[in-house]
Amino acid sequence: MSLLSRFVSVFRTERIGREIQEEQEFHIACRIEEFIEEGMEEKAAARRAALEFGNRSRAQADSHDAKLLVWLESTVQDIHYGIRTLLKSPSFAAVAIVTLALGIGANTATFSVVNRVLLSPLPYQDPDRLISVFEEIPSSKRSSISYPNFLDWRDMNRSFSSIAGYRGTDVNISWNGEAEHLPGEMISAGLFEILGIHPIAGRTFSKNDDRLGAAPTIVISEGLWKRKFGSMPNIVGQTVTVDGTPRTIIGIVSSSFHFPLATSINDVYEPMGNWNEPRFYANRAAGAVWFAVGRLNPGVTLEDARADMQRVSHQLAISYPAMNSSVKANLVPLKDVLVGDMRLALLVLQGAVLFVLLIACVNVANLLLARSTSREREFAIRLAVGAGKIRIVRQLLTESVLLALVGGALGLLVAKFGIAAALTVLPQTVLRPDEIGLNLPVLLFTFSVSLVAGVLFGVAPAFKTRLAEIGSALKESGRTMAGSRHHNRGVFVVLEMAMALVLLVGAGLMIRTLFALWGVDPGFNPHRVMTFSVSPQASLRKEKPAAIRSFLRQMHDKIASIPGVDAVSLGGYASPMNGDQEWYFWFVGKPKPAHVNDLPMALAYIVEPDYLHALQLQLKRGRFLTNTDNELSTKVVVIDETMAEKYFPAQDPIGRYLDFDTDPQNPGRIPNPQIVGIVGHVNQWGLASDASHPLQAQMYLPIAQIPDKEMSGFGQDIRMYVRTKSADISFASLREQLLSLDRGLVVFDNQPMEQIVSRSIASKRFTVALLVVFAGIALVLASVGIYGVLAHLVGQRRQEIGIRMALGAAPWEVLRMILGEGGRMILAGIAIGVILALMLTHFMSSMLFGVKPTDLPTFVLVVLVLSSIALLACYAPARSAMKVDPMIALRNE
Amino acid sequence: MARQDSFQGAIPLLVLKILARRGPLHGYGLTIHIKQTSLEVLNVEEGSLYPALHRMEEAGLIKAKWATTDKNRRARIYEITRAGMKELEQEESRWRNISNAIGRVLKEA
Repeated sequence: MSLLSRFVSVFRTERIGREIQEEQEFHIACRIEEFIEEGMEEKAAARRAALEFGNRSRAQADSHDAKLLVWLESTVQDIHYGIRTLLKSPSFAAVAIVTLALGIGANTATFSVVNRVLLSPLPYQDPDRLISVFEEIPSSKRSSISYPNFLDWRDMNRSFSSIAGYRGTDVNISWNGEAEHLPGEMISAGLFEILGIHPIAGRTFSKNDDRLGAAPTIVISEGLWKRKFGSMPNIVGQTVTVDGTPRTIIGIVSSSFHFPLATSINDVYEPMGNWNEPRFYANRAAGAVWFAVGRLNPGVTLEDARADMQRVSHQLAISYPAMNSSVKANLVPLKDVLVGDMRLALLVLQGAVLFVLLIACVNVANLLLARSTSREREFAIRLAVGAGKIRIVRQLLTESVLLALVGGALGLLVAKFGIAAALTVLPQTVLRPDEIGLNLPVLLFTFSVSLVAGVLFGVAPAFKTRLAEIGSALKESGRTMAGSRHHNRGVFVVLEMAMALVLLVGAGLMIRTLFALWGVDPGFNPHRVMTFSVSPQASLRKEKPAAIRSFLRQMHDKIASIPGVDAVSLGGYASPMNGDQEWYFWFVGKPKPAHVNDLPMALAYIVEPDYLHALQLQLKRGRFLTNTDNELSTKVVVIDETMAEKYFPAQDPIGRYLDFDTDPQNPGRIPNPQIVGIVGHVNQWGLASDASHPLQAQMYLPIAQIPDKEMSGFGQDIRMYVRTKSADISFASLREQLLSLDRGLVVFDNQPMEQIVSRSIASKRFTVALLVVFAGIALVLASVGIYGVLAHLVGQRRQEIGIRMALGAAPWEVLRMILGEGGRMILAGIAIGVILALMLTHFMSSMLFGVKPTDLPTFVLVVLVLSSIALLACYAPARSAMKVDPMIALRNE
Repeated sequence: MARQDSFQGAIPLLVLKILARRGPLHGYGLTIHIKQTSLEVLNVEEGSLYPALHRMEEAGLIKAKWATTDKNRRARIYEITRAGMKELEQEESRWRNISNAIGRVLKEA
């Protein structure tokens, strides 16, 4: 016999064998019914029918040699049979599938975010070799690097194949007379090469572009090329005007390239080295928001590189003791920098959602257990006609895996909506959110989770059935079986309750965190404050300081004259929760430390007098800036109370002078001002993290007193703060007013202050939103679980309840009995859950704010909520037990 | 001497006859008919009935299809074919001849 015909014949015999088996099952079922009609008890009828039928077919089933084919064939058969069985009880199947779809869908959605943020490698060549390089100074571990230090680090190290720097910068780009404000980056030569990015046209910067005096060049993004230049084929070599300077486009980089640490795709790259800003090159002490990334040489470990940079820092400290004595290089893997505080939040969420899935599995296992009781006869028949015991277990597992896979498929739909919802609350700092979705790794995850879940919830009922084999199924009475089974199901309910409690506690703690954060006084009133940026034409920079001052005043007056505007202030440098700028300072009349880096720093807000009203700062003592503080009058500064307390603990700071002469290479750059007032502390670093940030001191200086030579730099990028009386004033109308002053102005980045504040707790809101949804699902599933078990229990004990009532038990005693049964499970679940929660919640302590992981009110409230909802779920079955009619219950016996 | 083996060889003939007279039936119905009309003398061993039915189906004497019974169970319903009718005629007369012959021997020997 050829192999093929052998195959065919094996399948054919299998098919016939299967048909015969099914016919025989039908036959036995008819026979059982006949026996029952003759008055035989059901189980005895089944046993006799099986005996009469004989063992012929079992021998037949064992005789096949092609074991694998038989196995395959029987699996197909199991699946067919499973589908038919499920279709026969559609409501059971629907409940199970929906439960699983929720659990698996929530897991899939969470995993798609975890996969993208934590698991996927960064989209660069050999991303594990990429290291972020920071300057570590006493006040900050991740400070920006001064350009001279950067050049020395780059040239003196032996660990990196290359180090390159970058500095975020927004540019105004003009093409065909139309100005546009775009996100960009100043970079040093070699950055694209370090990341492994090749231009799709032209070239990237060489060392020759990246130096003072080089011909001005620019690299643009593919997106900008398509959008602004209409995919012009000969774009490389064209000249565009960038911030007033004509620059030659030398290359295009793919728009799939995301610059590290940029929240949006950059459109423009300029070479750092030909930035026309002398202070940047000369000043070793100046941080100019310049950060760096390097690629480790092959074979060099992070520890090697750290030791190497230690050596370099030491040498530089000897060469430049005044500036570098306390400066070190801090190396952090790029991925750690990018993932940031999302790691813990995502791990907590994935853990939480796993609990949800476990609860869903427990529920489905419970459903299957309840069903296996009613399927006993079916199994008895199958065993009688020759199915092996293992075969029955396999059949049950096939059915549960089938359920799980269908649940998983539906779960993908749940996940699709879940992901869409999650993206709306996803913090902006998450990289490449557009790549979060149902991609291949996520689909594989869903498939494996479904498979594992199917086995997980299928195993218990399957083994239960295996242990209660045909012998006992036919011999034992139903009640003892139900008793032992009930015991198992009780354990399930206890576990469910415990897991739901853990989730509820986690969600409760995060909700309290969020409330605590909302309760934080940021030190200003963000309500109805609009903020946006204004970038004047490049030509303004070349004007005299007086002309610039006059133009800034015109902008102020233009906005202030709009009806409904309450207060207006222009601002620069530091902006609350939206950008920081620090200055070194000292005190006039005190001996100054030898090294610049040993000086304290303060956030510098350069504002107008109306800033006090626009943000509603609290004036504590003295006065705020006034209109009489101008370029001709005494230089003044207002400090915040934390600065006053820290640096003037025993004396009155008002009347004292600050010393801004901190730059050895640029003496007398900013005149020393007199302190005239103290205001309340403003929350600069976000609602959640302000208190933990090392830099707290804040000071306010008037725009009018910016020294003449700083004026043109200040005039480049202005932030405006506008408090309005009503919500009717739109950004567009403000923008129109400013444009009426000068059509060449670029007005952009409109952000209501309230939005800035809420963004500062975005990752917390994300965590809370998801945890609350997960805990809610868990609560519902656990309640359904306890309801199902109790309802089943009442059904099983109907006769017993009937007897009790016949013997005189009052309905309320029955009610108490059933509620007591449920109550015991709830109590046990709560006890275990509380212990579990105490063990697990301390992992989230760094995510919490204003609440301890063992917060008593949260625990008490959660226990109350969980137990009352669970008791409510017990009430319906308990009531139905109360309504048992003893006569009917006994007649059924 | 109640060996049923001797009788099992006659199952195809009985099946064909019942199907020809009663119309389509399922396996269980066939056993009931055999039992009842033989006044419970003949009792089909149920385990061997179904393989026999399949052999007959393969030989083209009967045809079968799955149907749902009034109790909502899936059952296989058998029906006699043209070839089956012809076979029945031949087998029935052969059986009668043999039966008559045996009867004569038993009476006259």
